[in-house]
Amino acid sequence: MDHLPFISAAPALAILVSLAAVPLIALSSKIPNLREFWTLAAGVVKLLLVLSMAGWILAGNTYVYEIWDILPGLSLKLRVDGFGMLFALVASTLWIVTSIYSIGYMRSENEHAQTRFFCFFAVALSATIGVAFAGNLLTLYLFYEKLSLSTYPLVTHHQDREGRGGGRKYLTYLLGTSIGLALPAMLITYHLTGSLEFSSLGVFPETVSKSTLVVLLLMFMFGFSKAGLMPFHSWLPGAMVAPTPVSALLHAVAVVKVGVFSVLRVLTGIFGIDLLAGQDLNTIVCGVAAFTVIVSSCIALSQDNLKRLLAFSTVGQLAYIILGAGLATKLGVTGSMLHISMHAYSKITLFFCAGAIFVATGKKYISQMVGIGKRMPVTMFAFFVGSLGVIGLPPAGGFISKLIMVRGALDADMAWVLGVYLTSSFLNAAYFLPIVYRAFFCTADESMFEDKVSEAPIFCWLPPVITATISVVLFFCPWLYLGFANVMFQ
Amino acid sequence: MMSAQAPILILLIPLLCGLAITLVAQKSKNLAFFLILIGMIGSFSAACSTLIQVLQGSAPIHYRLGGWPPPFGIELVIDHLNAMVLFIVSGSALLTAVYSRNTVIVEIPDRVHHYYTLYALLVSGLLGMVATGDAFNLYVLLEISALSSYALLARGRGLAYLSTFKYIIIGTIGASFYLLGVGYLYIKTGTLNMADLSQMLASPDMKESVSIKTGFVLIIIGVWVKMGFFPLHGWLPNCYSRASTTTSCLIAPLMTKVSIYVMIRLMFSVFSVDYVFNTLQFQQAVVWMACIAIVAGSISALAQQDLKRMLCYIVLAEVGYMVGGVWLMNSNGFAGAVYHIMSDVMMTLCLFMAVGAVIYKTGDSSLESMRGIFRKMPVTATAFLIGGFSIIGIPPTCGFFSKWYLITGAVETGQYHFMIALLFSSLVNAVLFFRIIEIGFFNRFDDSGHGIHQKFEFSEAPVMMLAPMLICAASLLVIGLYTSFILRNIVQWTIPAGL
Repeated sequence: MDHLPFISAAPALAILVSLAAVPLIALSSKIPNLREFWTLAAGVVKLLLVLSMAGWILAGNTYVYEIWDILPGLSLKLRVDGFGMLFALVASTLWIVTSIYSIGYMRSENEHAQTRFFCFFAVALSATIGVAFAGNLLTLYLFYEKLSLSTYPLVTHHQDREGRGGGRKYLTYLLGTSIGLALPAMLITYHLTGSLEFSSLGVFPETVSKSTLVVLLLMFMFGFSKAGLMPFHSWLPGAMVAPTPVSALLHAVAVVKVGVFSVLRVLTGIFGIDLLAGQDLNTIVCGVAAFTVIVSSCIALSQDNLKRLLAFSTVGQLAYIILGAGLATKLGVTGSMLHISMHAYSKITLFFCAGAIFVATGKKYISQMVGIGKRMPVTMFAFFVGSLGVIGLPPAGGFISKLIMVRGALDADMAWVLGVYLTSSFLNAAYFLPIVYRAFFCTADESMFEDKVSEAPIFCWLPPVITATISVVLFFCPWLYLGFANVMFQ
Repeated sequence: MMSAQAPILILLIPLLCGLAITLVAQKSKNLAFFLILIGMIGSFSAACSTLIQVLQGSAPIHYRLGGWPPPFGIELVIDHLNAMVLFIVSGSALLTAVYSRNTVIVEIPDRVHHYYTLYALLVSGLLGMVATGDAFNLYVLLEISALSSYALLARGRGLAYLSTFKYIIIGTIGASFYLLGVGYLYIKTGTLNMADLSQMLASPDMKESVSIKTGFVLIIIGVWVKMGFFPLHGWLPNCYSRASTTTSCLIAPLMTKVSIYVMIRLMFSVFSVDYVFNTLQFQQAVVWMACIAIVAGSISALAQQDLKRMLCYIVLAEVGYMVGGVWLMNSNGFAGAVYHIMSDVMMTLCLFMAVGAVIYKTGDSSLESMRGIFRKMPVTATAFLIGGFSIIGIPPTCGFFSKWYLITGAVETGQYHFMIALLFSSLVNAVLFFRIIEIGFFNRFDDSGHGIHQKFEFSEAPVMMLAPMLICAASLLVIGLYTSFILRNIVQWTIPAGL
């Protein structure tokens, strides 16, 4: 086709626009309103750039954009396909919502160094979109590392001892595994195949032995430890020391989903689902993921700190997504891709609510939230909708993706995976619903709050309402994200 | 034509400048600085001109001094490999010269003109070692650079003279080993010209000769002493870390890398791939030694509380990278090592300059001196970060791509221990630099774990220090981004036949 329906550099511009905002944000540090305007403006432009490509991609096309010839035979390049679009769209819509939320949260908490915060936030988003549009494994790795480094100042934002500890753990796990496992796995793959391009057929020739494949598979799965597969998960609860907007966007959406996205890219684009199923590698993937799903859900049951509970719930849901891909059937992979977006909207709602509660009441622990539904009904209702999405109950979008994954499990003749899915959903319900129940239904004696509605500032409660609404809307019309996931198999 | 004379001008200009400085610049520190700057600019432009000629032509440049034909006359031979090394050595010497404007006056106030004379001599010695096509000339130039480096290093902090004395002893032993080795070769072949030597050594009976083998081993050990290859490194950390700021910026990045160049040159231009890897049987042992050098260097770096000492041990680990890469017996590993010569000069220079600026402002070289660095000296901190990222190997800095090729070489030849050593060193480097970043980013804590509010005033190093530092930092990114160009146009041509 000689005439593209969008600007030819659109994917590169989508990455660069938030980088370009960084100097503007830094220069207007004295005028907070102008500074936040730049963040929002960059967010809107980014979203428009991503959307401009949506129609073309939905029609079944992919778009390749070469950036730079960096190594002989291996260039930095962007490739926009359905899966990348799905993820980029989630990240860029949620950046705008989170920016609105950050403004409310950071100002009412009177946080220091807000300019630095918004600068690194923008850099992190640019890296996230970079991962989404990465055209080969090398480009993906480059943006993956950029994301680890640019989120470090966000995680350690408070600059206290707790922050230092959390940051240490964060980098140790993320850099340790990416340099120690993912990088050599990538080099060995390149040596064996001479290619790091993503292809749905996989890149490995038949001559590669199964034991090599198993080792590489494990190196990749644990190497991208942003995906939080056990035993490389404990950076995630540790990173909850960050301010809530960071936890919300980065640890429910951008960072962890980048990990899952990378693992899924490797599973579908480097190994290819035929190879996974043919060589029986999918059992390994499912085994590792299922273990994480169950164990992390059990840990979440015993948490009292709301943000930590959400963190462990995230670990479980991430493994859930990988479990879906590990089924190596068309339905399983479609469902897991879809779950990336569905879970994102639900989980970010939950984080927003946790932050709103903290801003309004200063409470962090679930045991102190009895009766909070009467004080903050809007927030807690959004929380309820968000938890429905994570559990996978209608009318939230999470139901659709879980349903597809369950059908995928039946397709793959792996009935035990079905059991894992059901157990996990049950456990999810067991740790979320009591919170909601006790927030609304308690006697006047038990209630820890006055019977008077007093919500957090509008910037704090509106974003969770928006994301909760989106998650309900996605239940009724999931066609956009479903379309992106489906074009991967045409 | 000036450009035809460029090869000799590279070393002649700094030599003459050194002479001029002693003669006319005794009274004026500014004049001394001006002259050294002229010398370094001249040398660098000649190196650029040579590099361009090499890139344009296909055959190496042979420059015959006074028109005497080899093997009787002295000859400079410039091919892709040493054109690149000349470029990078003269370039970093120029950057260090600019940087020295503020530091030398503070550190050696009484003898600025002597300092710059030695500086010029050292640089011309190093450049000569790289340019020459004659094994004995190489020895002479090695001694010129070594002698001037002894004098420069001794004017340092604390016990610098003592550690320099150790270096004199060990350095002289190393040079004697080299000389002895060349002596063996001369006895057997009757020539000292490298091209001539290589022709003679190709004959079958030379390959079997025990004297030649002994000569090779002696030469290699001599060069290893000079580069501080484990376990012959004992002199290096004390000596380089106690040196004055300018001296360590000049010597630490260059001396080791020039020695690596000399090793490559002798292994493949005097001897041959076939001789080194097939006739001699210690390829694997050397790779193992390189692994130990990398691991030991990294762990020792972790144990240091002083920034400069830490950098010195990193340099030692990097020496292991390059020796290992060359000895992997693989074209990708070799390419990685050659590419790493270039990137390593720039990244160690960048780090030494950043640390030098911190010492200049705080007077302290312990890790604690980095406290509040992001507020006090944001520009220096940025350069330090980029240098650190490159040492860790984070794309798109050049450190990532040298590791890429070194690891590829290790994987292709199945020497996975070298890959593991490289990855281990990357991880340790990550710990090293993030430990410093933590010190810089966090304040001290009070009892409850909250940061004590400390006000750090902006107080950045002078522009003459910042500018070269930033050029270095930028070059790390530029070299990284132009990896493809560098590999296609330079490194690929340096891979010896048969590898």
